[in-house]
Amino acid sequence: MNIFEILGSALSGTLLDILPIILVLGFFQAVAIRKAIPHLKQKLIGLGLVVLGLGIFIVGLEQCVFPIGTQMAQQLTELTFLAGNDSARLEALQNSKHIEPGIYLWTYVFAFLIGFSTTLAEPALIAVAYKARDITTGAISAWGLRISVALGVAAGVTLGVYRIVMGNPLHYYIVAGYVFLLIQTCFAPKQIIPLAYDSGGVTTSTVTVPLIAALGIGLASSVPGRSPLIDGFGLIAFASLFPMITEKLSKRKEIE
Amino acid sequence: MDIFPIIVVIAFFQLAIIQKPFPQLNQTIFGIFLVIMGLFIFILELESALFPIGEKMANEFALKGNPWWIIFFGFALGFSTTIAEPALTVIASKAGNLAAGAGAIVNTKSSVANFVLGLRFTVAFSVGLAIAIGVIRILKGWPLIWFIMGGYSLIVLATFFAPQEIIGIAYDSGGITTSTITVPLVTALGVGLATSIRGRNPMLDGFGLIALASLSPIVFVLGYGILVYGVSGS
Repeated sequence: MNIFEILGSALSGTLLDILPIILVLGFFQAVAIRKAIPHLKQKLIGLGLVVLGLGIFIVGLEQCVFPIGTQMAQQLTELTFLAGNDSARLEALQNSKHIEPGIYLWTYVFAFLIGFSTTLAEPALIAVAYKARDITTGAISAWGLRISVALGVAAGVTLGVYRIVMGNPLHYYIVAGYVFLLIQTCFAPKQIIPLAYDSGGVTTSTVTVPLIAALGIGLASSVPGRSPLIDGFGLIAFASLFPMITEKLSKRKEIE
Repeated sequence: MDIFPIIVVIAFFQLAIIQKPFPQLNQTIFGIFLVIMGLFIFILELESALFPIGEKMANEFALKGNPWWIIFFGFALGFSTTIAEPALTVIASKAGNLAAGAGAIVNTKSSVANFVLGLRFTVAFSVGLAIAIGVIRILKGWPLIWFIMGGYSLIVLATFFAPQEIIGIAYDSGGITTSTITVPLVTALGVGLATSIRGRNPMLDGFGLIALASLSPIVFVLGYGILVYGVSGS
């Protein structure tokens, strides 16, 4: 399939995807609010552009962002890369059945940096950070909040990558995280609870999510003994859980 | 732009650590161009066309609407914005292909398409339900933490019965769904509601809709997995 056919099918797909929103807003505007939409023609052109942009974006995600994540995972876990230029080591790695988790050091570093840098630049988080600073009249600094959330995502993704390498069941980690979070909630100031729980969902953007998911799937396909379907998913869950913990830790310190 | 640090980190690793040229460099550059252009048009127009309508409507409902309309509106808003979420579209189709490749579902085009569509509808329905429940919570002024605890307990309970093929996708779906389109519209509804009802604090009651919207998909996708694959162990 060439790129234009892909783009064409993506465009008709996005039109269907965006249709429910149009129907919902149109229905409630007509039935419940009963006023004409101001600047209707302008809004319709805008909607057309939303569909176009969304279609192009999805093709870019599928054709570029996803392959990059998978390729990075494969290249970082290739035996020839892990062994460096040492041919004796390469042979030892090829022959050994069990691979030491410590050997994937660069994969952990990559996961940490991707998690940290993308979260620090995340527009939604920047907006929330300024809002939190204004509401607390500066008690929470915007930079402090962004760094604590970014560290949370970075630590989460790194631990998630380690889990894929080890092949442990995902729910052990996540349930342990929930228990920790609930205990923490009992001691946290009441005002920050809803904001902290919301922040888990906000931190992972539309670009980061496919990239991190692809990293996980690529890793699970290239690390020996892992299944992409069972072990490959779960990184996003780590990336949403950890900021809730680190954000509560840092805010608690700053508010008190 | 939030893409820039991603490019820096990847380029650094490719050139300095792996020390090999980029595989398929042309396709990658063209893809990055598509992502940036698509995201730019999409966000720009979303902010100028869709969000003002949605936010104004959320505010108007919050001010004068009858509670049943607000709850219904919350459900419809959650459902429709989730269906449009691009990250969910891409990852659901990836999950479908992986499930077919691993032999967990029948490997035909129509069965994969059904699985993907089922997954997206499950997530969208659960987000809609979560927003509706969240709206009731704001109207009644119940503390958020009850719902979080209840949600976590349901997740742990459902995980016992869920087949391991679905657990990863289910846990991820919570973070995937709440993204570019859903967050601004839903937050506007929550803060608008909490601001217009007397005795509600926007900081305390306005936030929290997103938290519920990232919890409930996990429960429902685990349920979807039980439905598609059967109870674990059987």
